[in-house]
Amino acid sequence: MALLKIKFTQQRRVHLAQGLWLLSWMAVMWGGVIFCLGVYLKTELLRRAEVMDNTEIHVVPNILMMVGLASIGTNWVASRVCQDSLDPTRFPRWKVPLLAWFAQLLYLCPLSLYCQVGLRNGIRFYKDTDVPGRCFQKETIDRLQMEFRCCGNNNFKDWFEVQWVSNRYLDFTSKDVKDRIRSNVDNRYLLDGVPFSCCNPTSPRPCLRYHLTDNNAHFNYDYQSEELNLYSRGCRQALTDYYMELMNSTGPGVLSVILIQSLTMGLRYLQTAVETAMVLEDPEGDSEGYLLEKGVKETIEDLKINALTMLKFGQVDPNAAEGSSEVADAEKDEKDAPPSPAS
Amino acid sequence: MPFMPVKFNLQKRVKLAQGLWMIYWLSVIVGILLFSLGIFFKIELRKRSEMMDNNESHLVPNLLILVGLLACGVNAFGGKVCHDSLDPIKFAKWKPMLKPFLLLCCGFNALLLLTALLCFLMQFAVYLTLAEGLKNSIKFYKDTDTPGRCFMKRTLDLTQIEFRCCGNNNFRDWFEVQWISNRYLDMSNDLVKDRVLSNVEGKYLMDSVPFSCCNPGSPRPCIQHHLTNNSAHYDYDHRIEELNIWTRGCREALFSYFSSMMTSIGVLIIATIILESVDMAGLKYLTTALETMEDPENPECESDGWLLEKGVKETFGDLLAKLKTLGKTNQVVEGGDAPEAAN
Repeated sequence: MALLKIKFTQQRRVHLAQGLWLLSWMAVMWGGVIFCLGVYLKTELLRRAEVMDNTEIHVVPNILMMVGLASIGTNWVASRVCQDSLDPTRFPRWKVPLLAWFAQLLYLCPLSLYCQVGLRNGIRFYKDTDVPGRCFQKETIDRLQMEFRCCGNNNFKDWFEVQWVSNRYLDFTSKDVKDRIRSNVDNRYLLDGVPFSCCNPTSPRPCLRYHLTDNNAHFNYDYQSEELNLYSRGCRQALTDYYMELMNSTGPGVLSVILIQSLTMGLRYLQTAVETAMVLEDPEGDSEGYLLEKGVKETIEDLKINALTMLKFGQVDPNAAEGSSEVADAEKDEKDAPPSPAS
Repeated sequence: MPFMPVKFNLQKRVKLAQGLWMIYWLSVIVGILLFSLGIFFKIELRKRSEMMDNNESHLVPNLLILVGLLACGVNAFGGKVCHDSLDPIKFAKWKPMLKPFLLLCCGFNALLLLTALLCFLMQFAVYLTLAEGLKNSIKFYKDTDTPGRCFMKRTLDLTQIEFRCCGNNNFRDWFEVQWISNRYLDMSNDLVKDRVLSNVEGKYLMDSVPFSCCNPGSPRPCIQHHLTNNSAHYDYDHRIEELNIWTRGCREALFSYFSSMMTSIGVLIIATIILESVDMAGLKYLTTALETMEDPENPECESDGWLLEKGVKETFGDLLAKLKTLGKTNQVVEGGDAPEAAN
């Protein structure tokens, strides 16, 4: 009793083949889109490599690229199958690849949301514009803070804890500078100021960057209640949100799964319909297409028996007259054999 | 003597019809491209309209949108005619419309030429509106509490950051306006009072620029205030300092952006004119080839195609004569019909 039988005339077979051909080309293009998405994500991550703390996040774009390429390959094969399906001389050669095609696992876009990016190193090396290998850190951080509208790692106070003004620009004869340097153990010039890239353009007031904790330094300024002056979000949060959104686009993932499922089902119908037609005397006449030749339970039983015969392939036939070790093996295997059908 | 005659047999006619059909559909795509470019240009002008005093001219984008739509319509019709041209029954119903259609194409080409000219000439208008608009923007930077101008500060800051520019001609434009609102000035402070009294209009002027003028590529944390005072900052000479703030003026930056956009649109329109002319020539050849078939029942017969029925000079002479007769219809004809002709 075949599963989900459908009658196919020659006309219907032709339409099915054409429709599937179109669908498989759409799937090829979709695979291309997913591949490009992976490439784009990878370049974005590489661009921010200086400020990203870990490399595990590269798993996602790598997987996207592999899935895209695999999708292009398999769906191109599917389109060739469809093209050849109505030609009885060329169709049989696709039999084995088709079986492999059906055995493929569904692509599950692993949306690994594990992500720990941060600016810790970036802030420390902000002032090192004269150190080779770090000279662009300042520009990168400034552009990052302006583009993502964030300040510091968790908030703007992170800037109070590092020296972000290089010693080249500090006048060590000035009393103020000397005081600040002596005020901490590491002799760093710390100040309650932030770089200009933290400034929020939507603030009604021209940006206040220095003496942020000193209410008297500025007219009509209250450090506790001032909200719009600087960006309140930390860059860790901003970057995480951005990449979450980018990778969380489940829309394409769901769509691709649906596409592949329908393609698989359609191909199966086409294969069975064409095969039954070729077996009949009149290849241009009606035939039946189905998903499974027997019912679900019977197919699973058949698969189990096939798998067991494959496992037994390496074992010795107990009826053959071979050496004692092989007989011992056979005995051991006979002991193993009974439990498996019951499982 | 026809102008540029070409002999056609059946195969040539078929090839001409097919090729022309493809070119017409290519022209439809170009029309869609023109339409979307018009919309894009309109949106860009709207986005920057605050910088242009809100009185920028939308003539060019509106024309582009119109031309794009017309191109789609005209070329789709042409494609349909080509598609039907090899079927004598279908072609017969298009025959009477062909002459007016070709005249319409001529008119459309003239419109395209006008649009291309405007694209190149309106750049001057954009330059002038930018100059005026930016001057006012800088003046109204501080008015974040005045309705209608409260977003000027944000717009100007974001523009200076995006286009990497400062001020109208250069950063010194900021020295001539008060860009800090009186709400944030402590009028009881002596320094403030000195500055306010130092000029006729009582404006608080200083040699400082907003934070959006800062260049992130500078190795040194941005110096915004006391720009002309070398002793206010350690190791600073304002005459040789180049990287600290953007040196380009925003008028120049915005103008080069818009002018490159308008120039490329103009070049695209000229390419469209050439494409349309090719379309018209092809259609003329196709229609004349179909009309001059000696034996309409026999599709295999040969025929002639040409661009103009008589030579160029004679065609122009005919046109002029026709125009003269059109002009003469309201005048009295000598020797007869005098009472009717007299108005």
